[in-house]
Amino acid sequence: MASIQYREIDGRSGGFYVLLGALGVLVLAGLAAAWTMEHQGHHITGMSNRIVWGTPHVFAVFLIVAASGALNVASIASVFGRELYKPLARLSGLLAVTLLAGGLAVLVLDLGRPDRLIVAMTHYNFKSIFAWNIFLYTGFFAVVALYLWTMFERRMNGYTQRAGVLAFLWRLILTTGTGSIFGFLVAREPYDSALLAPLFIVMSFSFGLAIFVLVLMAACRWSGRPLGDALLARLGNLLGVFVAAVLYFVAVHHLTNLYLARQLELERFLLLDGGVYTVLFWIGQILVGSIVPLVLVYAVRGRAALAAAAACVIAGGLAQVYVIIIGGQAYPQQIFPGKDVSSTFFDGVIASYSPSLPEIALGVGGVGLALALTVLGLRVLPFLPRSLADGEAAAA
Amino acid sequence: MNPERRQLLGWGAAAAAALAPGFRLIELAQARSPQEAASVLQRWGLLIDITKCVDCDVCVTACHEENGVTGQGRPATDAQWIRKVNLRDKRTGYAQTLPLMCQHCEHPPCVDVCPTGASFKRDDGIVLVDKHTCIGCRYCVLACPYGARSFVHEAVSGQKADVPRGKGTVESCTLCVHRVDRAETPACVEACNRDGGKAMAFGDLNDASAEIHRRLRSEPSSQVRADLALNTGVRYQGL
Ligand code: SF4
Repeated sequence: MASIQYREIDGRSGGFYVLLGALGVLVLAGLAAAWTMEHQGHHITGMSNRIVWGTPHVFAVFLIVAASGALNVASIASVFGRELYKPLARLSGLLAVTLLAGGLAVLVLDLGRPDRLIVAMTHYNFKSIFAWNIFLYTGFFAVVALYLWTMFERRMNGYTQRAGVLAFLWRLILTTGTGSIFGFLVAREPYDSALLAPLFIVMSFSFGLAIFVLVLMAACRWSGRPLGDALLARLGNLLGVFVAAVLYFVAVHHLTNLYLARQLELERFLLLDGGVYTVLFWIGQILVGSIVPLVLVYAVRGRAALAAAAACVIAGGLAQVYVIIIGGQAYPQQIFPGKDVSSTFFDGVIASYSPSLPEIALGVGGVGLALALTVLGLRVLPFLPRSLADGEAAAA
Repeated sequence: MNPERRQLLGWGAAAAAALAPGFRLIELAQARSPQEAASVLQRWGLLIDITKCVDCDVCVTACHEENGVTGQGRPATDAQWIRKVNLRDKRTGYAQTLPLMCQHCEHPPCVDVCPTGASFKRDDGIVLVDKHTCIGCRYCVLACPYGARSFVHEAVSGQKADVPRGKGTVESCTLCVHRVDRAETPACVEACNRDGGKAMAFGDLNDASAEIHRRLRSEPSSQVRADLALNTGVRYQGL
C-alpha cells in the first residue's frame, strides 16, 4: 500500500491560472459585498428583523455541514479500513479544511461587527452552543491537520488510524453542534426538534461526498490523471445511500410533525402553501436533490450521470438549507397560540424575504474561497495520487 | 454570580421577607445610588392589565422617544423596542390589544445562546445587551420567543446620553434601566398612566410592600408563552 504515489498538480498551464483567477474574482466580489454591508448596514440586504439570518447563512451552513462530510472518504479508509478509499484520503482531508474555512469566512463577514472577532475569541459564554461551535471549528482544523500529517509523514503513518478515529468523532460532534444551533431554538416551531442534529449529520454525508466527487473528477481530468470507473461507481453507490438516508430523515421529521396537532399549520406552510419554500422543498430538495440523483446513480450510471447527480445533490442541498434557515424564520412565531395576530412588527404573517446581491456575492465568495484554497493546496502539496486507475487503486 | 449563590440569596431574601418584613421593607424602599451594584433582592417587572389597554400607542411613542429609537421609515428593518399587538381569537373572534416588549425572563433564552455573553441579565432581573461585546450575530434574535429584539440595520443618529446604540449590534427594551437606577419608572409606564389607558404598572416583584406584588398575589395574571417556563418579569392580566 505504500506504493501509492502522490504528486502536486502541475500548475503551469494557462487553465490553472484561469481557474485560480476566476475563483479569485469570486473571493474579491465576496469581500466587496461584505465591506458594503458593514458600511451601509444590513438594511441594504434582504434581511430584516424577522429574517435575521439570510442567504450568507445558507451558504455558510451548507459549507460547514459539507466540510465535515467531505472528511468521510478519509474516515472510510482509515476508520473502517476500506483500502479502496485510501488514495483519496488526503484530498478528503484537504476539502474538509477548505470548505470549513470558506463557510466560517462567510459567517464572520456577515456579523454586524466583524471587527469584533477578537471579542468572540476572548469572551465565552459556555452555555451557548454557538460558543461551543467556535471551539469545535478551530479544533476541527487542528485535528484534521494532525490527521493529514500522519498521512503525509511516512514515520507517522502508524498513527493514521488513531488520528482518523479522532477526526471522525470530532466531525460527528461538530455537525451535531451545527444542527443544534437550530435545534436549541425551542421557541421556534420549525426548529424545535431533536431530529435536527442527526438530520444534519446525514446531510453532511451527502453534501460533502457530492462536493468531493465533483472536485475529484475535475482535479483528475484537468491534471490528466487516470480515474477508474470502478472507484467512481463505488462513490456513486455511496452517494445514493447517503441521499436516501437524508430522504428518510426528512420524511420522519415531517411525519412526526404531521402527527402533532400543534405543528399542523407549520407543515401546511412547508408542504402545501408556503409559496417559494414549498416549491424549493418539492422541486429543489425532493425532486432535484433526491429523486433525480437516485435515478442517475442507480438507473442511468456512468461518469456523466455521477457528475450530474453530485451537482443535483449540491443544488438540492442548498435548497434544503434555504428552506430550513429562511423558511424556518419566515414562518411566524406562535407567541399567542389560538389567536390571529397583527402588529407593526409583522407578527402573525409570513415574513417576506428575497436574497440581495451582496448576500449572494458573499455566499458565493465563500464557495470561491473554499475552492481556491483547495486548488492552492493541490498545487503546493501532494494531495492527489498520480493515478487512480482501477487496477492501481485495487492493488493499493 | 453563579446560580447557587443567586439561589441562596433568593432564599435569603424570601426568609427575610417571611421573618422580618418590616426590616426588609425599609431596606428596599431606598433608591440605589449609581455606584451601588444591582441587587438580587430585587426583581423588576411590569404588570399590564390588557382589559384597560386601549387602541392607542402612547407607550410605544414614549419608549422610542425616551431611548432615542428613531426609524428610517423602513418598518422591516427599523428597531422596535415595544410594539402594540392586536389579537383576535380564532374561534370566538374576541379582539384584544396589548403592548409587547422584552419580557425580562428569569431564564432568558437570548442570554443562554449569546456566544460572547453580551446578552446578559442583571442581578435585579433586567435583561440587557452589552453594546461593547455584542458582535451582531443575531442568534439572540432567533432565540427570543417574543420577537422582542431588533438588529440595528443602519447608522443611528440622535442618540440619548443614557442609551448607547450602534449599527451592527442588537438591542431591545431595557426596562428603562437608566430611569430605574434613578428610582423612576419606565417611560412606557409613565406615559400609559398619564395619557393612555392606565394599564401598566411597574415595580419590584419581590417587594412585599409593592403594589405590583400585592396585585400579583391577589389577582389572576399570566405570562406569555408560560409553557416555556421562562418565568417572565412582565405579567399580563386579562389575557
Ligand atoms: S447579537 Fe449580540 S447580544 Fe445577540 S447573541 Fe449575538 S453577540 Fe449576543
